[in-house]
Amino acid sequence: MTKFTQDDVKYFANFARIGVSDDEAEVFAELISELVGFGDVLKEVDTDHVEPMTHPLQLFNVLREDVPQDILDREEMLKSVEEHEAGMIKVPNIL
Amino acid sequence: MNFETIVGLEVHVELKTDTKIFSPAPSHYGAEPNMNIHVTDLAYPGTLPTLNKRAVDFGMKASFALNCEVADVMNFDRKHYFYPDNPAAYQISQDKRPVGQNGWIEIEVDGKKKKIRIERVHLEEDAGKLTHSDNGYSLVDLNRQGTPLIEIVTEADIRTPDEAYAFLEKLKAIIQYTGVSDVRMEEGSLRCDANISLRPFGQKEFGTKTELKNLNSFNFVRRGIANEVERQEKILLSGGEIVQETRRYDEATGQTVLMRVKGSANDYRFINDPDLPEIHIDKEWKDRVRAEIPELPDARKTRYVSELDLPEYDAHVLTLTKEMSDFFDATVAAGADAKLASNWLMGEVSAYLNAEQKELHDTALTPEGLSSMVKLIADGTISSKIAKKVFKELIENGGNAADIVKEKGLVQISDEGTLRKIVTEILDANEQSIEDFKNGKDRAVGFLVGQVMKATKGQANPPLVNKILLEEINKR
Repeated sequence: MTKFTQDDVKYFANFARIGVSDDEAEVFAELISELVGFGDVLKEVDTDHVEPMTHPLQLFNVLREDVPQDILDREEMLKSVEEHEAGMIKVPNIL
Repeated sequence: MNFETIVGLEVHVELKTDTKIFSPAPSHYGAEPNMNIHVTDLAYPGTLPTLNKRAVDFGMKASFALNCEVADVMNFDRKHYFYPDNPAAYQISQDKRPVGQNGWIEIEVDGKKKKIRIERVHLEEDAGKLTHSDNGYSLVDLNRQGTPLIEIVTEADIRTPDEAYAFLEKLKAIIQYTGVSDVRMEEGSLRCDANISLRPFGQKEFGTKTELKNLNSFNFVRRGIANEVERQEKILLSGGEIVQETRRYDEATGQTVLMRVKGSANDYRFINDPDLPEIHIDKEWKDRVRAEIPELPDARKTRYVSELDLPEYDAHVLTLTKEMSDFFDATVAAGADAKLASNWLMGEVSAYLNAEQKELHDTALTPEGLSSMVKLIADGTISSKIAKKVFKELIENGGNAADIVKEKGLVQISDEGTLRKIVTEILDANEQSIEDFKNGKDRAVGFLVGQVMKATKGQANPPLVNKILLEEINKR
């Protein structure tokens, strides 16, 4: 069975900017291992000549014409940000 | 030890669509901050991307023009990272199934032709723009967020800074001809990163590479690569090891500076974007897009050399931009001699454009105007000296050369009788010069020709003046 370790939990938690304690990592490692384990059954199927599927819906070529519409009003948008200056959103310096 | 330089380029090109790739907000350059935005660009909860058809067409068009195979089936993937330039915390890009693959373009350096292979062309969205300040905050403008891009990735086929330059010059010309982008580096619609490594000649494996960013002109690409090669060579020769890292080219010093070391932190966790269904591209779609591609620079170059008898050099320079090449074609179509038209476009016209920082369409010059002037030079109606006056009028105020010549009385004097009379007067007034000439001072003739030209306000036919002068001097 595919094993998801505590280190894996911490690795991905870090990417998602989520704080995880050691105890929590232990619990999640088990839970996620079980979840990921469900997928193991697929390994028994011979998929050598099967094209990868990227979408569950048999839907394709959903396209939009290149015509501008529904522009978001800047002042409206700025109401939802904490701080702004000169029409721009102010954020902490991240280099 | 001698090292071989290995360079691969990643070039981002902004597509000239009216709206963004995944939202219907306008995508033109130069708007006030945050005026070209849509709820999808800000990743508001519940918003969904909608794929711009023209962006797909443009991606296909560029791929075809770069000799790529265009995908039958493609899809979009999410590339995750946290940074305020991208509110969704992921960029929609193409990972496993890009629009174009396995292409190439041919470059020429020092007379040698070489194919640079293109690994892939993929569609993706651009991010917003951050303005950093020293006071601990940055300002975010999301106008650029969602602007359609193609990323063009070459194989590691480039071996010298000059090859990199030639590749970019050619790539820019091809893309510009297809009309899918303005490819203006100064406006950021063409951006380039370089992957650089060295290996001892004969070694098969590539050495550790560094990635070079902030290359804001083709010249900086050339200089940046040269400088990075020098830096790596020094390290290797002193027994050191190259660290895989991202470096920035510093325009002021011409050196490359460390930005960040590439570590395991670069895990983008690509997944298929479930919000965007697959794109199936059938033969009909491909044929339609392929049919829209105009004659590309190489084809034009060949035509100029084989059909119009232009030198390779002229053909190269004239085809660097579509505007110049179209202008040349129209000038020749209007009846101008090809080589004369080429000389004027590469010479006076280009000099004027450079000096005035203008492009052809900013001037009043028309192909018909240039052609009318070239014809007057060819049939001897005006000298090339007079032509310069006519040209200034044509490029600044437009019109037709024949009218300008008539209005300003600039017709070349080719009447022997008239010229002989003037020459005689000049000789009478400059006996010393005749003496000098007879004593072997050839320069004296130049002086006398100058006097005749002055007397005729530059309108005398120069070869004829020369001939008559010598005849008259020999009579004395």
